[in-house]
Amino acid sequence: MQLTAHSGAGEEVGAPYDVAAVRTDFPILHRPVRGRPLVYLDTAASAQKPAQVMDAERRFYAEDYANIHRGLYSLSQRATDCYDTARRKVASFLNARNDREIVFTRNATEAINLVAASFGEAFLKEGDEVVITGLEHHSNIVPWQLLRRKKGIVLKVAPLNDRGEVPLDGFTRLLGPRTRLAAFAQVSNALGTNLPAAEMIRAAHAAGAKALIDGSQSVVHMGADVQALDCDFFVFSGHKLYGPTGIGVLYGKEELLEAMPPYQGGGDMIASVTFDESTFAPLPSKFEAGTPAIAQAVALGAAIDYVTSLGLERIRAHESKLLDYALGRLSAFAPLSIIGTAASRSSVISFVIAGVHPHDIAHVLDASGVCIRAGHHCAQPVMARFGVPATARASFGLYNTIGEVDALADALEKVEALFLR
Amino acid sequence: MTGNSEIRDLYPEVILDHSRHPRNRRTLAGCSHAGRSENPSCGDEVVVFLDVDDRGVISDIAFGGRSCAIATASASLMTELVLGKTPAQAEALFHRFRAIAGGGADAPVDGMEVEVERLTTLAGLRDYPAREKCATLAWHTMLVALQNPKERK
Repeated sequence: MQLTAHSGAGEEVGAPYDVAAVRTDFPILHRPVRGRPLVYLDTAASAQKPAQVMDAERRFYAEDYANIHRGLYSLSQRATDCYDTARRKVASFLNARNDREIVFTRNATEAINLVAASFGEAFLKEGDEVVITGLEHHSNIVPWQLLRRKKGIVLKVAPLNDRGEVPLDGFTRLLGPRTRLAAFAQVSNALGTNLPAAEMIRAAHAAGAKALIDGSQSVVHMGADVQALDCDFFVFSGHKLYGPTGIGVLYGKEELLEAMPPYQGGGDMIASVTFDESTFAPLPSKFEAGTPAIAQAVALGAAIDYVTSLGLERIRAHESKLLDYALGRLSAFAPLSIIGTAASRSSVISFVIAGVHPHDIAHVLDASGVCIRAGHHCAQPVMARFGVPATARASFGLYNTIGEVDALADALEKVEALFLR
Repeated sequence: MTGNSEIRDLYPEVILDHSRHPRNRRTLAGCSHAGRSENPSCGDEVVVFLDVDDRGVISDIAFGGRSCAIATASASLMTELVLGKTPAQAEALFHRFRAIAGGGADAPVDGMEVEVERLTTLAGLRDYPAREKCATLAWHTMLVALQNPKERK
């Protein structure tokens, strides 16, 4: 592991992790699929939600809901307090200096688009360079291509090796006097590779560039300490962190966010408006035009409480055990090849079976109640790098069990029986 | 084999047979029509080659590319069914197939009961809307090809 997770309060490292008890928090895990127990191995796409998160959202609507920042009545103040509390939870979870550095967005994709539009507007001009890696999700490729079209920036891509790693020297070599930003995922959604984020951020800073970390896949396994990382931006999606859809987070260093122009205009982000000119609200409201996803922010706060109470270190230890066991079982299955064999990785496994299309694998597994992802995982350049149109991908979260890994392996034998014998 | 009825719905013997042993998977040098299409959601790619003779009949057909079992089997079956038909008959079969496998608008298929019966063996696909694109990829590609006459050999 390249990073020490930022530990939550009250965490007892070493106490046994009771996955059976954890599973009772997730109602959907107890609903059969096609008459069989659900084996949900697609947490990297989106995590299932614990009752605590659903209850928080429902309770907020039932007891505290009104629009925020507007009403003079006490209910609106309560709603505003709930929203602000959620922002403080996120700030604490990421170890941000203060909650003005936390901007709520729809998801990680919108957070990256915000940076591309706003940081791009303020700090990037024709010929300036943005460095990404060959592992990126489309959400960290396309916004920069749009900016390239608009401003004539240059997009450089750090290469992958055959293990699906981004070697530090290949990345560092791309950094130069015109590099303004390095933007990369801390953990690959397609292959599970852990990137040496701290070293990459240091290298970017040494070249005079800023660093944006896409933490969508990493924050769920290792948390984040943005001060220790010293990243300039950090983004993630709430729905991958066992929270609701429709809420994401942009962390940005305060002085950078201060220097950046608004992303969208509208209500809530202004100080005053006349037809001649408007002035903008202070951080973070400057970047939150319009009524935000208030209840979803509150529920994201509950999701953070949930993972923090379980303990990120213990979650990660549990997921590592699942990963090691799954790698062992899948490696022993002769027709299967694992795509991406990084030395440091998180609990995501991409694989192919010679002669069987990933969509067929996923469908046969579905008949056994096993949910995996098949396709390009919004990372077509990764597929191209490994010469496959698509892969099957199993990913493991805090509620998965060794028995579910066995269910995956057993279902894969049905695939072999159906297509290869 | 697996004793699993859901799997059998999606992968009936006709699909397994045609995906393991695709018919007419070859190239057709000097053909009169060719087309290619992709399913961007899975990266599948199918090419279809056709020879339409002077009487307006599909006198030869072949396919290639890379695709899943459903798309491969459907392409293979299609080549058998449209051989000897006119382009209009082939299109009518396609509309019937869509109605069987997904629920598109139907079309009359005069005198092709045997072909329709063979397409009906894929009716289990109806329960898997995510795979309709797989099943119809080759058929769409055939229509693209028919719009796409090549320089006469």
